[in-house]
Amino acid sequence: MDAKEVRKLFPILSQEVNGKPLVYLDSAATSQKPLPVIEALEQYYREYNSNVHRGVHTLGTKATDAYEGAREKVRKFINARSSAEVIFTRGTTTAINTVAASYGRANLREGDEIVITYMEHHSNIIPWQQVAKQTGATLKYIPLQEDGSISLEEVEKTVTPNTKIVSVVQVSNVLGAINPIKEIAKIAHKNGAIMVVDGAQSAPHMKIDVQDLDCDFLAFSGHKMCGPTGIGVLYGKKELLEKMEPVEFGGEMIDFVGLYESTWKELPWKFEGGTPIIAGAIGLGAAIDFLEQIGLDHIAAHEHKLAQYALEQMSTIEGLTIYGPKERAGLVTFNIEDVHPHDVATVLDAEGIAVRAGHHCAQPLMKWLNVSATARASFYLYNTEEDIDKLVAALKKTKEYFSHVF
Amino acid sequence: MSFDNRLDTLYRQVIMDHYKNPRNRGVLEGDSVDINMNNPTCGDRIHLTMKVEDGKIVDAKFEGEGCSISMSSASMMTQAIKGKTVEEALALSKVFSEMMQGKEYDDSIDLGDIEALQGVSKFPARIKCATLAWKAMEKGLHTDK
Repeated sequence: MDAKEVRKLFPILSQEVNGKPLVYLDSAATSQKPLPVIEALEQYYREYNSNVHRGVHTLGTKATDAYEGAREKVRKFINARSSAEVIFTRGTTTAINTVAASYGRANLREGDEIVITYMEHHSNIIPWQQVAKQTGATLKYIPLQEDGSISLEEVEKTVTPNTKIVSVVQVSNVLGAINPIKEIAKIAHKNGAIMVVDGAQSAPHMKIDVQDLDCDFLAFSGHKMCGPTGIGVLYGKKELLEKMEPVEFGGEMIDFVGLYESTWKELPWKFEGGTPIIAGAIGLGAAIDFLEQIGLDHIAAHEHKLAQYALEQMSTIEGLTIYGPKERAGLVTFNIEDVHPHDVATVLDAEGIAVRAGHHCAQPLMKWLNVSATARASFYLYNTEEDIDKLVAALKKTKEYFSHVF
Repeated sequence: MSFDNRLDTLYRQVIMDHYKNPRNRGVLEGDSVDINMNNPTCGDRIHLTMKVEDGKIVDAKFEGEGCSISMSSASMMTQAIKGKTVEEALALSKVFSEMMQGKEYDDSIDLGDIEALQGVSKFPARIKCATLAWKAMEKGLHTDK
């Protein structure tokens, strides 16, 4: 994989920011979009914009084929058994909320447990807090190891026969830790619980096989994997989805509507109330084609190399703390001694470098790390070692700048 | 030393001095207006206590966590409102808010150190950092009425 060639397909990356060439290191927040995705969206709106599943007219058929075609692309992308198991949602947050509100409320009662970890994003914490309050179930946390990783021993200790749901992020958006989902799923199943996976930071970067992982649900977002915002996926095992009630009711999701009773369409459409996210799904389909053409294995290898290079280079900066395990996905979260991460991000921005600063929607993890905020540089297929060199040079400048103003 | 003139308009010497040596740091005991506020998008937080007697702010202290802009702004704000009437403090807050939005503001009011924060208006992503303490002050004085 040649990142320099890949970059050429991302028009946004060739601009200057504050008079410097843009170095985009915030893909964990959202990725940039390649030409094939931009063009697929444009083509849909220019040539066959239409509502799906209802019109008899030609454009309606074309739009339906493209929308359902995108679902099939997602099915293959995650190796689901059937496209009935692929539900389009607004994103990871909506997908997890759907599982919590539908499966959770129907299956949890007092005395039951929901198990998550300290490294979850707010979108994999709050839906469970809410369903715990509503049902009287208990929310439990798997503690982390000193380096921020999860040990299976701790999973074994936390998950009990009372546990009904285990929900874990596959790749941490702060620590970069890659969690052993397959093994955690085994422990969950052994105890009679279902396994939910937050794939927001993994689906864009590595091959996911839901049958191999044997997870019951998987949630991820399109916009972090070169697709548009506003589209995401909830994968669920058919036998579970079939028993679940929809969360949103209205157009598109019905079979028969009477005055006082209605019935639902079959899977997956019963979970897609309202006019679906047609352009978003088509854009996501184009993003999947793009990623698969390059190859998820090549992308993962490229990012692994970048992460290791970044760790190596950044650890030469005195007073810089890096959070998370050594073996990690393509992101580095850090702090510079005596400089607040917002100030770091502002100085980097003046150098044309975009990083994230703040709590990364992971306040419990920030508390565990004993920091109020951190800065994060995250990488994707279009980043190069040169980007990291520029980051490291700018971080050194930041340190120097603040040592002089003090 | 400066490697970027644009940055120097943000990180003025006065600001860094307040960040390094915050004035009025702490919590007032006893009967005082007590306000906690945070900036949920970035994690900055402030705990502001003010003692108001006969419509006058006789003392103010803050505790908190945040970047150089939010903490120096809190330090300058507490310094500025001490000894002012509630009306004067709210008027000052209005001037500050206009300054942050890059609008024309009433320059008959002496801003003192606060004027150094003017550069923040050129950094839209940082305006919320600067206004946090002021919002806490406004909330406290409004609820105290």
